Amino acid sequence: METLKTKKMKEVHPMENVLRMDRIPHIWCPGCGIGLAVTAFAAALEKAKIDLNKVAIVSGIGCTGRVAGYVKLDSFHTTHGRAIAFATGIKVANPDIKVVVFSGDGDLISIGGNHFIHAARRNIDMLVICVNNFIYAMTGGQVAPTTPLAVYATTCPFGSVEPPINIPYLADSSGAVYVARWTTLHIRRLTNSFIEALNKKGFSVVEVISPCPQYYSRVNRLGDGLDMMKFYHDNTEIRHGEDTKNLDIGFQSKIIMGKFIDRERPSYTERFD
Amino acid sequence: MKKDPKGVLIGSHYLSGNQACAEGALSAGCRLLSFYPIMPALEVSERFLSRAKQVGATFIQMEDEISALAAVLGASWTGKKSMTVTSGPGLSLMMEHLGLGVMLETPCVIVDIQSVGPGLGLPNRPSQGDMMQARWGSHGDYEIIALAPSSPQEMFNFTIKAFNLSERYRVPVAVMSDEYVAHLKEEVVIPPANEIEIEPRRYYEGPKDRYLPFKRDEDLVPRMVDIGEGYKFHVTGLTHDDRGYPIMNEECQEYNVHPLVRKIRNYVENIVEVQETHVEDAEVIIISYGATSRAALKAMEQARSSGIKVGSLKLATVWPFPEKRVAELAKKVKAFAVPEMNFGQIVLEVERCSHGNANVFFVHHGEKGVENTDNILSAVKQAAQQNTVKDGIIECE
Repeated sequence: METLKTKKMKEVHPMENVLRMDRIPHIWCPGCGIGLAVTAFAAALEKAKIDLNKVAIVSGIGCTGRVAGYVKLDSFHTTHGRAIAFATGIKVANPDIKVVVFSGDGDLISIGGNHFIHAARRNIDMLVICVNNFIYAMTGGQVAPTTPLAVYATTCPFGSVEPPINIPYLADSSGAVYVARWTTLHIRRLTNSFIEALNKKGFSVVEVISPCPQYYSRVNRLGDGLDMMKFYHDNTEIRHGEDTKNLDIGFQSKIIMGKFIDRERPSYTERFD
Repeated sequence: MKKDPKGVLIGSHYLSGNQACAEGALSAGCRLLSFYPIMPALEVSERFLSRAKQVGATFIQMEDEISALAAVLGASWTGKKSMTVTSGPGLSLMMEHLGLGVMLETPCVIVDIQSVGPGLGLPNRPSQGDMMQARWGSHGDYEIIALAPSSPQEMFNFTIKAFNLSERYRVPVAVMSDEYVAHLKEEVVIPPANEIEIEPRRYYEGPKDRYLPFKRDEDLVPRMVDIGEGYKFHVTGLTHDDRGYPIMNEECQEYNVHPLVRKIRNYVENIVEVQETHVEDAEVIIISYGATSRAALKAMEQARSSGIKVGSLKLATVWPFPEKRVAELAKKVKAFAVPEMNFGQIVLEVERCSHGNANVFFVHHGEKGVENTDNILSAVKQAAQQNTVKDGIIECE
């Protein structure tokens, strides 16, 4: 009688090629969307048909600022808000490197807002992934430049009185050549956007709307991560090519997603040469 | 990163300190300049830019000094020697990335053309008011290297030396110049490339999958690789282990930061460079650096001709401070006179290192012009007559 021999399979994570498995488990809370954004990015890296030896990733500070540490690329975890400036140095010094900046809304748009504007204006060839959870999460839930009006946060206990910034509009008006927005529910579309943007020459911005169950939805009584996903399911609308002026996000208002900008402009290094 | 003789403009030239600094950078193989416009530092950038295409260098004018140094750090990891140049207010903005440069152990050079502060101050007048900021300006514990040139020729030489030290010790190195030296025009002799010593980058050579970004050699300096070579390394400004991974505990803090300090402190004798004149028989030694040492050396000669035994200790390296040498000399002399274009910064180090063995006279220098020796001379005379050691720093009017 033949014995059925089962060979023990070596357990390999499907994303071992692009993620640093020796750093898992990651630091993000249950229900947080950053892991989903990283999953989409990892899938995009594998599908984009680019030489991963020639990709560098730079993060700033904050929850999303930790992304660089989990991705198996030449990776830099830098100062708060300055990831784009650091990445600009890499790109200018060696234009053969594909540079990705992966950071959060507070990091990129508040403290790093000026670098964002000027890198877009110069059209530095880089992909900026901005995870927008409407709050400063790592420091415990303070009001951010993206926090919708009337939202509660530890530093606006009576509701935010500051109108939030519209990231795609900022990117568009500053000169970005590719601007898209998705939520962490729309993983397949997000991944496709990452692939497109990785192959796009010039300053590309992908905004990823992400739940922060710990400091945004809990404080504002919106439920947990799953409830936020349900909200994204019921309250998002895809409008490719929508005028970026119309992309403001209010408290629990409908979120317009899609690819808004895809145009050609010579990049900084092309003009320099 | 091998020698790149393209940048060496051999010959004798009539250059300002700022122009000589740019030539020094190009001779050292610097191929990236990132800056934000500020006077009186701008001629360094202008000179560098005018020669950039010729030597295959690149540059970028950033949106502020914060991003200027951030870009330098990023660029350095691609294997290009990189530099930024600024003045007082810009140096203040760079402090955050000076700290990141120390933590990521990134070779780079920061040129500071000091002008008068605080605040907006007098942007086009010389000062030495940033000396302590260069040493302590970023938060946390670290060691830094800073050089102080006193002439256009030294602007050239010390800029090359700064690149060499930054590659050797993997630390940002500051060239602390000032408006006077920056705008002073003198002869600068640029030797042929084969006579210029260039410290190569300390590259890792080993299997790609074994590379640890912060595994240290015996002298505590880790080895680098360039972005894009397939090492897929990680570095972080957080407290980290040999892999460059953040480890958030006190043990790792000690493990990480001790060597940052020790890799410099253990080699102070190799780093420090001072120029001594007439110290053998001196009763009073003038300790000076940068533009001020021009007046100091003149004052020394004048005092000697009137019979006072005066010597000079000119600091080429200000940080790390030559504390051993100052302590030795303190036992031999009556006093030190320390002229500075500030209200007393390096004099604090001199007093600390004198251990009460010599009087320390502080001379607030520059009001009558940088090359004027009146105040230094009167301090030297006062110092020579003082036979008992007084506590603390004696301020000269």
